[in-house]
Amino acid sequence: MSIFHFISDFFSQSAHWHGYDGIPQRLWEHIQYSMLAMAVATGVALPVGLVTGHTGRGGNALALLATAGRALPSFGLLVLLFVIIGLGLLPVMIPLVVLAIPPILVTTNEAVRSVDPAPVDAARGMGMRPLRILAQVELPVALPLILSGLRSAAIQIVSTATIAAYVSFGGLGRYIVDGLYQRDYEQVVGGATLVAGLALATLGAFWLAGRLAVSPGVRHR
Amino acid sequence: MGIVTDSRIHGRRSRAAAALIAATAAVALLGACGSSGSGGDGNPLAPAKAAAGQVVVGSNNFAESILLADIYGEALKAKGLKVSYKPNIGSRETTYGLIKNGSLTVLPEYNGALLAYLDPKAVPTSADATDSAAAAKLDPALQLLRHAAAEDKDAVVVNQGTAAKYHLTADSSIADLASAAHELVLGGSPEFQTRQQGVLGLKSVYGLDFKSFKALDAGGALSEAALKKNDVQAADLFTTDFTIAKEKFITLKDPKNLFGFQNVVPLVRKDDLPQKGVDALNAVSAKLDTTTLLDLDTKVQADKKDPLDVATEWLKSVGLS
Amino acid sequence: MGEFFHVPSDLQHSYLGLVGWHLEEALIPVLAGLLLALPLAQLCVRLRWLYPPVLWVTTVLYAIPSLAFFVVLINWTGQSEITVMIPLTLYSLVVLVPAIVDGVRSVPEETHAAATAMGFGPVRRYLQVELPIAVPAIFAGLRVATVSSISLVSVGALIGNQGALGNLLADSMFYHRPILAVSSVVTTAVLAMAVDALLVLCRRLLTPWTPPARERGRGAPVSVPAVAEEAR
Repeated sequence: MSIFHFISDFFSQSAHWHGYDGIPQRLWEHIQYSMLAMAVATGVALPVGLVTGHTGRGGNALALLATAGRALPSFGLLVLLFVIIGLGLLPVMIPLVVLAIPPILVTTNEAVRSVDPAPVDAARGMGMRPLRILAQVELPVALPLILSGLRSAAIQIVSTATIAAYVSFGGLGRYIVDGLYQRDYEQVVGGATLVAGLALATLGAFWLAGRLAVSPGVRHR
Repeated sequence: MGIVTDSRIHGRRSRAAAALIAATAAVALLGACGSSGSGGDGNPLAPAKAAAGQVVVGSNNFAESILLADIYGEALKAKGLKVSYKPNIGSRETTYGLIKNGSLTVLPEYNGALLAYLDPKAVPTSADATDSAAAAKLDPALQLLRHAAAEDKDAVVVNQGTAAKYHLTADSSIADLASAAHELVLGGSPEFQTRQQGVLGLKSVYGLDFKSFKALDAGGALSEAALKKNDVQAADLFTTDFTIAKEKFITLKDPKNLFGFQNVVPLVRKDDLPQKGVDALNAVSAKLDTTTLLDLDTKVQADKKDPLDVATEWLKSVGLS
Repeated sequence: MGEFFHVPSDLQHSYLGLVGWHLEEALIPVLAGLLLALPLAQLCVRLRWLYPPVLWVTTVLYAIPSLAFFVVLINWTGQSEITVMIPLTLYSLVVLVPAIVDGVRSVPEETHAAATAMGFGPVRRYLQVELPIAVPAIFAGLRVATVSSISLVSVGALIGNQGALGNLLADSMFYHRPILAVSSVVTTAVLAMAVDALLVLCRRLLTPWTPPARERGRGAPVSVPAVAEEAR
């Protein structure tokens, strides 16, 4: 049996297309977990990255924070939080948020910090306030790099959200974990294909966002 | 993206150099993989095939299975056999394949569950009949030894809320869920969903059609937590689980015997276990009853004692070490 | 505190044994990934058209969850360390290729021309000029790959106790002992940070010409360059 056999068998079974265990439902759950984690991580990391990048302060603290965040094992954190605070969405969300913060934080900081000082000085000379400089000068220039940080965070979340299935939640990880214990490779391969597909769609969405949001003057590729 | 080097100037030569580097690295990598593969020999968890003269005792992914493996392994060691362990492998769907292909020599099993795996349609009427029915379906290289009096069944267990709502008591049976099932979420291990002694049997034997199934673990911490939190209203737990009493869950009776007889029994590879090993495991089975098993489980899961210590202590107390 | 270091017997390792095994399972893949990434990156530098498709393929590979990778590989390599190490090698590759490509591409044209003028052949120029200049970028990639590899090994616990320190997590659930999960997570995180610090030290020793001041004070770049983050 080749991998492609597994894939086509998985997707051609009608039972996989409806009900609480069907592909649309599992896909939707996966997207929900990912979006929620992404929203929280962005809400925390983006402002911090923007401000530290703008002021050029706190680089060391940020570096330490990012390293610590990366060092925490997602799967371990999930199990630890489950045994400590019990069953719930929180043990699933915290590892995903922790996973996504470092890339967003680091790239945003780096993006704003590395903006050419000349236009920033010019803006300051024109009497712009710091917040306006950040929003109207630094942010548009830094946007491509910031988006790339958000993108890599999103991809990692989509891939890692599969671990939710280990602690009874849904999402596409369900197929992978169930397939492991039921010894049903078709399910595992099908689930992995769906996750990879969702990741590709995420890439596409960010590409589109870049096209729409990045000013043509800044687009350098 | 940085400054671009002009590759056209260096064209072919550099391409050849790149190919050379690629080849070198590939060879180095193969070397690294090869050495790490053979390096695995020193690791008791790594070998795919059991070494000659070595008895490999495996276990499934739940605490009692690991404890039983320790009891079997230590009893074999006491008879001078060389034993290695491969604990927490996964579900029966995986472990049966491993003992069949020779990676494992001994596996703690439950006669009814094994039979249901080998022959989902079988309806044995006694523990001995379960053994012989399972034995008939076993791979020719495998053998079931004497079963213990100790039983650990899967059981449909409900939490207090469910019991109160549907007026279920200790005298109620799984059949009493029939009218309520469509409002209830059932929890169990992922493999429970596709097993005859699981969701399939609950439907075909008792006509239960649950609202949905939530995949948890094999009667472990997840199942207990989900039932307690009412994420699921009914769950598959093991009858030897001490949390059933602790959380005042209610175990439903199984009058149609879906979960059959679940005596603890060693499943072994005939050719890889010498007679003195067979005798040692049969002696263990002779001493192990349900009360003992529950007591040993509690020591490991509630009193946080190491399973190996619990195993050796018990073997000593019954004169098998 | 004693419980923190006390490993249940079924894991068949001492605490330090688990640490060693964990490092082995995490670091061999990074090394293998580096050995594969160097030539692949060089190809991407030389053949510019190759880079975008390589990036796409690596991104898709990176998006495949490690557990799925492990489970599928069981068919061929069994429930063994190799099954854990193959996907980790691929993930390392994915991080390292763009890091190295960007590093090598950052070699200034003049430097390149000077080396050629001095009569350096392509191999010597690669080894003595391009690679050393790319070292900081390569190390940035190595740091990300290593830390992520150390974290992902734990998932191997799900395929029959192949997750070294991660195996403590399963036991923590079996035996209702939270301390085992604490031990697993804390040890893994400390290990990751220690190896990361070691890599920073190595880079400083390898590239004495980069002033350490670059890493301190105001406006300092944050730890791992954004390029490596972007590559993930």
